[in-house]
Amino acid sequence: MALKFELVTPARLERTADVHMVTVPGTEGDFSVLEGHAPFMATLRNGPLMIYATAGAAPEVIEVEGGFAEVNEAGLTVLAEHIAG
Amino acid sequence: MASLKELKGRIVSVKSTQKITKAKKMVAAAKLRKAQAAAEAARPYAERLEGVVASLASKVGASDSAPKLLSGTGKSDTHLLVVLNSDRGLAGAFNSNIVKAARDKALELQAEGKKVLFYLVGRKGRPVIARLFPGQIIEQYETTGIRDIGFEQASDISAKVMELYEAGAFDVAHLFYSKFRSALLQIATGQQMIPVPPPADVPASSGAAVEYEPDEEAILADLLPRNVTIQIFKGLLENAASEQGASMTAMDNATRNAGDLINKLTIVYNRTRQAAITTELIEIIAGAEAL
Repeated sequence: MALKFELVTPARLERTADVHMVTVPGTEGDFSVLEGHAPFMATLRNGPLMIYATAGAAPEVIEVEGGFAEVNEAGLTVLAEHIAG
Repeated sequence: MASLKELKGRIVSVKSTQKITKAKKMVAAAKLRKAQAAAEAARPYAERLEGVVASLASKVGASDSAPKLLSGTGKSDTHLLVVLNSDRGLAGAFNSNIVKAARDKALELQAEGKKVLFYLVGRKGRPVIARLFPGQIIEQYETTGIRDIGFEQASDISAKVMELYEAGAFDVAHLFYSKFRSALLQIATGQQMIPVPPPADVPASSGAAVEYEPDEEAILADLLPRNVTIQIFKGLLENAASEQGASMTAMDNATRNAGDLINKLTIVYNRTRQAAITTELIEIIAGAEAL
């Protein structure tokens, strides 16, 4: 039971992993994606992207700036314009 | 026939040229690997973005409220050619091929009675285009002093293009750069950038209703400028890789030519020296026999 997660920036494919849950800073509010989420597309605001590798684990936080997120059958793809660090 | 001293001078000068071309070739080879990796690393983002824009565009495309970037201004009187060049030479026909592609397009458009404007990136194409199309360069972007061209530059260029588009300075924009195929093959290409050309193959929708937040049009309005930036970014990276590839090939040829030339000159030098020695001997022998 894992969510396929990809974080892509213009420069490269930053991260591709199977995770439990990802919380994404959407323009109209944060949302979390678990496995089996309905198809969804949203633009991002500048904010923290939180990746939970397993249920209950401390999240890994990545600051993202602009971009958008797409959820489809294959998983979650976050296209961020820029990420910190 | 050139004197021995002259020949020697020429050999030395060709040798030093060969040293330069050899060094440049090795530098290009090293940089090529890096530039190629960068161009390849940028592909996933561009591909995904293209896919999303294409599927969104096919949904919103027909409606009247579609963003201007997608539907265009309704006319095509003024064309902007964004030409990406490099700052340095020693890369064979790399820059002139791009300029040639842009020039052909410009002449074709002018023959149709359209107005053509230029936005030049990089230093190399400038003199030629300024001479052929005086007063039509409305904007230039300096890349001298930038070591690794990146997303930041692409954002700057696209921001300027968008500003001009919003101000109604042009109706259609084309992007000219060199596509990287391999170290031996780079293809100067032009593609339409604004308005976004209709997607050739609309990916079959998965059937599932996709939810949008905010709505499709707002997302599209956000994505289209980003798509322009990404296209420019991709062009810049492909260009960087192409430049190093072209440079490597050109310098390899130059090094080989210099080697051939050195061999030829050395043979002539040796023959001339031999001839001089023979002449001297004949003189001595003839003198001795005369006694």
